[in-house]
Order: sequence, then structure tokens, then C-alpha cells
Amino acid sequence: MKSPQGCACIPAVTCCLRRVQVRNNKALKWIKGRQGRQLMTIVLFSMVPLALLIVFTYLPFAKMVEFSFFKMKYIGKREYVGWDNYINVFTRKDTKEAFLNSFYYLGGGLIQLALALYFATILSFKIRFRNFFKATLFFPYLICGIAMGFIFRFFYTRGMVLDSVLALFGANADKLPYWLKDTKINNFSIAATSVWRYMGQSMVLFIGAIQSVNAELYEASAIDGATKWTQFKYIILPSIKPIVAMNVLLSVKGSFSAFEGPYVITNGTNGTATLVLLMHRLAHEGGKVGLASAMAIVLLGIIIIATIIQKIVLALFFTERDA
Amino acid sequence: MKNVMGKVGRMGIGAVKYFTLILGAFVSLIPLVTVFITSFKSVKEYNTTGALALPENWLNFENYIVAWNKAKMPLAFLNTAIILIFTLIGSIITGTMIAYVLSRFKFKCNVLIKEAFLLANLIPGVTMQVSTYKIMTALNLVNSIPGIIILYTGTDIIAIYIFMQFFDSIPYSLDESAIMDGASYITVFFKILFPLLRPAIVTVMILKGVSVYKEYYMANLYLQTKTKLVTISTSLYTFTGEYGNQYNYICAGVIITIIPVLIVFLFLQKHIYSGMTKGAVKE
Repeated sequence: MKSPQGCACIPAVTCCLRRVQVRNNKALKWIKGRQGRQLMTIVLFSMVPLALLIVFTYLPFAKMVEFSFFKMKYIGKREYVGWDNYINVFTRKDTKEAFLNSFYYLGGGLIQLALALYFATILSFKIRFRNFFKATLFFPYLICGIAMGFIFRFFYTRGMVLDSVLALFGANADKLPYWLKDTKINNFSIAATSVWRYMGQSMVLFIGAIQSVNAELYEASAIDGATKWTQFKYIILPSIKPIVAMNVLLSVKGSFSAFEGPYVITNGTNGTATLVLLMHRLAHEGGKVGLASAMAIVLLGIIIIATIIQKIVLALFFTERDA
Repeated sequence: MKNVMGKVGRMGIGAVKYFTLILGAFVSLIPLVTVFITSFKSVKEYNTTGALALPENWLNFENYIVAWNKAKMPLAFLNTAIILIFTLIGSIITGTMIAYVLSRFKFKCNVLIKEAFLLANLIPGVTMQVSTYKIMTALNLVNSIPGIIILYTGTDIIAIYIFMQFFDSIPYSLDESAIMDGASYITVFFKILFPLLRPAIVTVMILKGVSVYKEYYMANLYLQTKTKLVTISTSLYTFTGEYGNQYNYICAGVIITIIPVLIVFLFLQKHIYSGMTKGAVKE
């Protein structure tokens, strides 16, 4: 089946092949060399993780920015609306309410950190039943959010756990408020469940930081007659500043992305919807993907600003100490 | 006189310490204990007794049987176990690989890539799901267990930092001498460094394990066929509809999801605490 033209081609082909071979040899040498091997390893090892990072973090982010300028659903045509979604985020009643509700969680976060610091300080030193107390205060952190939601829906139900406990201590059961219906207090009730859930996490982080402080410092200061309070103020607090800053940032992040508590406990009724809960509703149930994207962008903006503030404050603290 | 005052003062402080600790433990435990009590009550008992009253029969497992079957708990445990195992494997492999590259090689984009991961770590995963949903749909990863495993693996950034810290603590001379002996980088990674990473792997398994076991939002969003692709947290959520306010069943369901965590916690307490502390440094 050989054609004459094919035969004529053979010398040219072999020549070509030889050239490729030479180039291949050079490439092979380079690949076998240290630099080449390094590059191969770098590419081989970072390909998958980088692809994942781009596909599941940076691409969604870019898409979200894009979506936020459209009136759109997941399926079907979309319409460019400019900044309308952003204007809506700051003017709609439900979004404004959700933003304001974040402050209940921020307040809860402050209380959580204060409690965590207090318990961490106590539990870092000799005390009876230390492990038991540490474990009990920490364990709620390990419970899944949905279970926690049910636990507290039951806890706050009229006539159930909280009312019974308060009645035990002499409260008049009939005069107690409706913890989840009364719009004056229901956000406090739900934000408190966040404190219950996350206090242990902050506490364990604080204990870790306090225990990494040089123990000799306590002994030396005790010999010099320092009280526990001065020890806390001048030894513990300065050395755990970075962890305090990190915990603050974690709780800011958590406050703005609270979801499971209100989702299970009240399903966002009676004015208890949080940002993520509302975003979820708007995007996946209400078909307002553009508006939900704009909310998410604003939310991320807040978190990034909080992070920058944290970095600045931390830097200031440190330079102050160095000076 | 001064001595006596000091003694009284110290005792006072001690009393305050223990009082607050006991109060804290009480607040921590009372919601859990009441749920535990209620899980053993019959329907009639639940409707007639107070929340703090003890159950008549501590061996009344009827609620557990109903919850276990109605919420498809066996399937939920199986699915969660599969997701957990493969997510851990995926996270450990991808995490150690990128950490190895970023901590061992100096190249142009090294710092840039590190910063890219650090920045990604700031973003709470739930806020990104509005658009991730569209990407998951386009990749045909919605409603599939491999899909959620890939997503969980791909959004795990803290593991990379834990591994990087650990690589930094392993002397570079170890790699160097092996390479001098003619080992390839891949051999160095798998044969020499990987086995040394064991403590870091334990830390990552704990942190990632806890977070995957607890995760609800993505499991709910991406595993839509709840009859088949149910996980622990999504199965528990089905109680909102079916049982409404029949808390004796709900409480049994809650306790079922807590038991595995409690067992793991009791055995691995120290590892969990130290894992959390290590994982926090870079957050």
C-alpha cells in the first residue's frame, strides 16, 4: 500500500525525528538536572491544590462580583441592573434587619471572649477537677449546629427547660416572657446559644496560649509579691495578645456568618433572620441570586476590613511594647 | 492580723472561682442533660411531666428506635463516614503536597501562592455558596457524594498551614542528604518526610473530622436527594417537619448524633485540645 510520495517522504521524516530526538535528549538532561527536577515537582505537586483553590474560592468570588450586578436566577435570562442590588442591600427592610441582627452576635462574641479568658486563666493553674471543668465547658463546641438548634428550641419552648429551671429558683412561670417569640428578647436568646457553643473553643485557645508562657515568670513575680490580678495584667495578657486578636477576629467572622442557630430554632421568624440565613433564602428559595451575591460581597468587605483593623491594632501594640 | 486577712481573702477568691466554675458547668450541661432525660420519656410521659422530671423507665429506647429508623440514621452514618474518610485522605494528600512545595522550594510565585491561600482562609465558606452553587452545577458535582468530597477537600486551607508549620520544623539537611544520595524529590517526600508528618496529620484529621461531621450548610445544599444522600446533620434536620414539637423523638435523634462525638472526645481529649491550639495559630 506504499505510495511513491510516501517513499520520498521517508528521509525527511527520519531527519525530523533525529532532530526531535536531539532536542528530547537536551530536554531530558535538563529534566534530570536539579532545576528541572525541582520545577517538575513544583508543577506536579501544586497542580491539584491550586486548581481546587481557584475553582472553589477565587472563581466563585469573581462570579459573585459579576452576579451582584445582575437581576438573575440560577437558570434563565438575566438583566444588568448596575448598582441596584447594592442599593437594595442597604435599603430593604429584611437586609437591614439582618445586618442589625449581627450586632447581637457581636455582643455575644464579646461576652464569650471575656468568659473564655476568665475560665482559661482559672483553669491554667492548679485547681481541683480541672479536667472535668475544662471538658464540660468545651464539649458544646463539638456538637453539630443542627443538634444545637434542636437542643435550644426545646430549651426555650414555653414551659420547658429554661422556664422550669427559673421556676425552680423561684420565678413566676406565668410571668416569664416568650423567649423566642418576643421580638424584644428573641435575638438575645439565640445569640446566647452561640456563646454556649463557642465559649469552649475560645477558652481552649486561650489556655494553650497561657500555658506557653514561661512558668518561671509566675514564680519570680510571686516571690516579688505580685497578686493574681497583677500577674494576669502584666504577664498573661501581654503574652497572649496575638491569640486575643485572633479570637476577636474569629468571633467577628462567626458573628457575621451565624446561620444554624436561627435556622433551626426560629427559622428566621419574628425578626431573627441573620445575613447568611437571609442570603440562603434569597438565593435558593426566592430566586434573587443577584441580591444575595451583593449581600455576600458586602459581608466579605466587612470581614476584610475587620481583618485589616486587627492587623493594624496588633502592629501598634507590638511596636508600643518594643519602644 | 494581716495574715488572717490574707487567708480569708484567698479563701474568698477560691470560693468565687469554684462557684463560677460550677455555674459554668451547670449552664454547659443543663441543656444536654434535659435532652438526655427527655429522650427516654414515652409520648404520654412527655406530654404530662415537666422538662426536669426524670423518666419512669431509663431503659425505654422506643424513641431511639423511631428516630434511628425514621431519620434514616444508618444510611446517614454510612454516608458521613464515607465523606469523612475520603475528605480526610484528599485533604492530607493535597495539603501535604502543596505545603511541601511552598516550604521547601524557592520560586517566583511562592509568596504569591501563600498569600492567595491565606486570603482564602479569611472567607467564611458559607458566604461563597451563592456562586459556588452555580459552579458545582456546571461541573456536574451537585447531588453526588464525590462532589461534596471534592468541595470539602478544595476549601480546606487550614490544613495547608498546619503542614507548612510542620515542614518548617523538619531540618532541610534531611532532604538535602537524601538528594545527594540520589533520591528524587518524590522519594524524599513520600519516603522520608511523609512518615515524619504523623503528628501534623493527626491534628488535621481531628480539625477536619470535627468540621466535616458537624457541617450542615453544604451537605444540605449539594446533597439534594435526601432519601439517598443523607448525612448526620441533614438527617437530623428532617425532624423539623415530621415531628414538629414531639421532642421526645427529637431528643433521641440529638443524642444519637452526640454519642460518637462524645466517645471520640473522651478518648482523644488531649489531642483535640492540642490540635485546636495548633490549628488556630494561622487563622
